[in-house]
Amino acid sequence: MNLFVQAVTWLFDPANWGGPDGLGVRLAEHLGYSALVLAIAAVLGVPLGYLVGHTGRGRNLVVLLSGAARALPSLGLVTLLALWLGLGLPAPVIALVILALPPILAGAYAGVDAVPRPITDAAKAQGMSPGQVLLKVEAPLGLGLLMGGVRSATLQVVATVMLAAYVGAGGLGRPLFLGLKTQDYPMMLGASLVTIALALVLDVVLAGFQRWAGRGR
Amino acid sequence: MQWILANAPLLWQRTLEHLSLALPAVVLALLISLPLGWLAARFKASRWLLVSGTGLLYAVPSLPLFVMLPAILGTGLRSPVNVVVALTLYGVALMVRSVSDALRAVDDTVLDAAEAQGMGGWRLALSVQLPLAVPALAAGWRVVAVSTVSLVTVSGVLGLPSLGLLFVDGFQRGITEEIVAGLVLTVVLAVALDQLIAWLGRALTPWARRAVAA
Repeated sequence: MNLFVQAVTWLFDPANWGGPDGLGVRLAEHLGYSALVLAIAAVLGVPLGYLVGHTGRGRNLVVLLSGAARALPSLGLVTLLALWLGLGLPAPVIALVILALPPILAGAYAGVDAVPRPITDAAKAQGMSPGQVLLKVEAPLGLGLLMGGVRSATLQVVATVMLAAYVGAGGLGRPLFLGLKTQDYPMMLGASLVTIALALVLDVVLAGFQRWAGRGR
Repeated sequence: MQWILANAPLLWQRTLEHLSLALPAVVLALLISLPLGWLAARFKASRWLLVSGTGLLYAVPSLPLFVMLPAILGTGLRSPVNVVVALTLYGVALMVRSVSDALRAVDDTVLDAAEAQGMGGWRLALSVQLPLAVPALAAGWRVVAVSTVSLVTVSGVLGLPSLGLLFVDGFQRGITEEIVAGLVLTVVLAVALDQLIAWLGRALTPWARRAVAA
């Protein structure tokens, strides 16, 4: 327990939060990278998932991809891309988009796919075009399932952004790997506790949002 | 390719090390999840507690958990125990819910019939409910096995030997083949374990096959 006291002492020392290497900057980087990755994955994944759900084509591919993504080790992907693209942000961002895409794709697809046929038929009978059916009926009704996919993608991304620091980018992984190198366990533990707290807060917030999005279903 | 051929013994050794971390966690996760999942299926209050508790546990990022556990367990940062405990926790977090769902999905009329024949308590749970839940349990366990095999690699950044160390070493020395070999072996191992459990699930439920054939 003494180790936790040391880590918390390190965390509450204002000197560790300020400055260009401070936890404040690292936390902001961590959130910034995560937001960037999720935005790219959503821009690519949501329309594609809607298309698959709406047309029913490529269904097996989506299921296969979300299974394969679970087996793909994130560290291998990050290091391989870093070797090809060099140190810095591009490699972890591309690796993370690859990891975040399948759950978002699956969520968007499942949301549209779960809308009962009579509802889409009724929408069509009222004269809606296929685009209107998708945007005004299927998309709102599938929002809860889409948010479920976004939630699991977010958790995975926030956890894996830690590895960005391993290939020369910033984020909360920075103090963790610095502590590992200099055998400063309180620093490692402090950085870990901040990341765990961040992930738990995000999970609770997104779970609430998921329930709100899925209301009335 | 040349690097891979020249280092085949190393790759084999890393694969075995990988299995020595992944297999205990996968097995322990099942053994712990079965009673917990049964509790969650049986009592409503414990279901809410267990399902939301394990859900939060699953949200904890892996690398920070690997770092935090030594402070709780008193083990070293590079102790295999540490990694096995962390992976078991993730496995339980994934599996409790699927055990609970699998047990609850067993047809009530079957359970009523068994009870009417005088079965109750443990015998009912173990000899009727559990076997009938095997296909759904196997499906949940496959997910645990695949994600565990993949998660083991993260421990490589701490210096623990597994296929993850191939990523670390390959990255530091700039050997693309080493990283690719690690990626391929991790995926192959995950798929092999997945298929093994799928086969086990089928072998344990011969009646399901007969029903399909009939």
